[in-house]
Amino acid sequence: MSRTIYVAFLEGFNPSWGENLPARLTEWVPGPIEPLSSLALGMDPYYAPERGQYNATLVLARLLRYLPEPQAKIVGLTNVDLFIPVLTFVFGQAQLEGPGALVSTYRLRNEFYGLPPDAGLLRDRTIKEVVHELGHTFGLVHCRDYECVMHASTYVEEIDLKGPGFCSACRGGLHAATGTNATLGAGG
Amino acid sequence: MTKKRKILIVDDELSVRNSLREWFLEDGFDVATAEDGESALREMHGAGPFDVFVIDLKMPGMDGITLQKRVQEADKDAAIIILTAFASVDTAVEALKLGAFDYITKPVDPDDLSNAVRNALRQRELSEENIRLRDKVREMVLPSPIIGESSKMRGVMGLIDAVAETDATVVIRGESGTGKELIARAIHARSPRRFFPIVAVNCGSIPETLLQSELFGHEKGAFTGAQYRRKGKIELANGGTLFLDEIGDITPQMQIDLLRVLESKRFTRLGGTQEVTSDFRLVCATNQDLEKLVEEGSFREDLYYRVNVFTIDVPPLRERAEDIPLLARFFVEKYARSMSKPVKAISPAAESVLAEYEWPGNVRELENAIERALVIGCGELLEPGDLPLRVERRAEERAGRPSRSSLASLEERHIQRVLEECGGNITRAASALGIDRGTLYNKLKRYGIERPA
Ligand SMILES: [Zn+2]
Ligand SMILES: [Zn+2]
Repeated sequence: MSRTIYVAFLEGFNPSWGENLPARLTEWVPGPIEPLSSLALGMDPYYAPERGQYNATLVLARLLRYLPEPQAKIVGLTNVDLFIPVLTFVFGQAQLEGPGALVSTYRLRNEFYGLPPDAGLLRDRTIKEVVHELGHTFGLVHCRDYECVMHASTYVEEIDLKGPGFCSACRGGLHAATGTNATLGAGG
Repeated sequence: MTKKRKILIVDDELSVRNSLREWFLEDGFDVATAEDGESALREMHGAGPFDVFVIDLKMPGMDGITLQKRVQEADKDAAIIILTAFASVDTAVEALKLGAFDYITKPVDPDDLSNAVRNALRQRELSEENIRLRDKVREMVLPSPIIGESSKMRGVMGLIDAVAETDATVVIRGESGTGKELIARAIHARSPRRFFPIVAVNCGSIPETLLQSELFGHEKGAFTGAQYRRKGKIELANGGTLFLDEIGDITPQMQIDLLRVLESKRFTRLGGTQEVTSDFRLVCATNQDLEKLVEEGSFREDLYYRVNVFTIDVPPLRERAEDIPLLARFFVEKYARSMSKPVKAISPAAESVLAEYEWPGNVRELENAIERALVIGCGELLEPGDLPLRVERRAEERAGRPSRSSLASLEERHIQRVLEECGGNITRAASALGIDRGTLYNKLKRYGIERPA
């Protein structure tokens, strides 16, 4: 029996494609995926005024309090800019082999790069980042296959190069971690 | 399984140690941390040797430079990356002179960090790296197959095999929807560059102003709203293959810029001064007559000679009709699998409809037709009624078609009808025709078709 993955949109974030996200994710990650609504998680306490960004580590720690069951996983989505102390920004963060992950769409938007908005592209990038961070929570590390979703992306353009699916090696790792043999979409 | 690479992070700040530890764990490293120079040296003796060291310059007690010297005394090949605040860049440069591999300023740009570490490792274990890459490639999934047993497609496959191993520039020619990108990917997958990405750009579907940034990237502030540096496709293709689709559509200015990059393999991002180099192989595709464009003066002759080294002509589907049943069955299986439906057989009546149709949108139109048939159809067999092609229309077209030369008028009428059916919506019409929007616009212009209001 695989564990439920809960998807939560954080304060102030309500994209039009949000409702469909859990259904889209089942194609790529194992286990039931459920939306988790109305978290009382305000983002203000995690704002770092000197950087104009939000501290991902602290948001993630707080998010874990909303985990419905201890064996479940939770992934939070936000539209604010995230950082971890030593880095200028992160697209997302996850606990390796842990329950929680966090993804920001702030730097996934075309507008951030001075390009025209593209809602479809934004949704695709978000799905890849969510699958990637969830992959970390299942214990997967970065993969060399540039079309595999676990390939490290430090640039948004690198996210566009990869697909939302795991390569066969990473799928093997997932299988070992979850004990399931779900038929997932293939990477590459 | 190759052994994990080991990294030692030395920084007096706990939050820095923790976030770097997590970052490198996710990158597959074995990570150790130390809060000062003394414990770093103890770690080295206890848990070493390490492949990479990340050392903060300013620490209470032993500073980063001193620690660097001590580490190098113990391991002269140690790859050391210095972390520094902007204010201490001068000291960091001194560390470089003493043999540090690189320095990065805090807060660290994730891309700078990953590049610094990758380069440090490459220097240290170049040979080991190559072995790993070779192992990885064996595991990689095969690219989508090119399907066809017709003599024309066998000829194409022969050309792919012949040119793939070389580093020559290739032009793939053929009508829209014939699968030119698939051919480009097959060339890449059989080439020595297959360990690196193939990066595709459709030059016809991107406005010139955006294409510049798409190909060359741009620096922060290059234009209004650009809050961050963007890597262009040329940079991303480093080591691999750059696939430029619709090369005949690029503007004169882009032709000059592209020619320059092809000659020097160097360029600058828009709004930037720093030169970037990229080592890529160029594969392009077009559905236009490049020679005619050169004659008309809309395509530079020097660029033409540079790209037109080796040509592969992909036949339109109607010229390899014997491949249609094979392709149809492949797409039925593909979409049945992705829709989790049982695989259907194609009824003989449907097969003959498929065989007789002209397929102006080629393989892509066939694929779209099969996909729609699987969505619509509910029986065990795929029947003519499931196909989005009208039998009566074909009959009418055949009646008014004296020879192949009227193909253009056939296309014109077909486009007009589809456009009407789609209420003038270009995006939907293009997708129904199995061509991209840019191609549809060009065809509308060529035939003087007006969009219904
Ligand atoms: Zn990652
Ligand atoms: Zn992988």
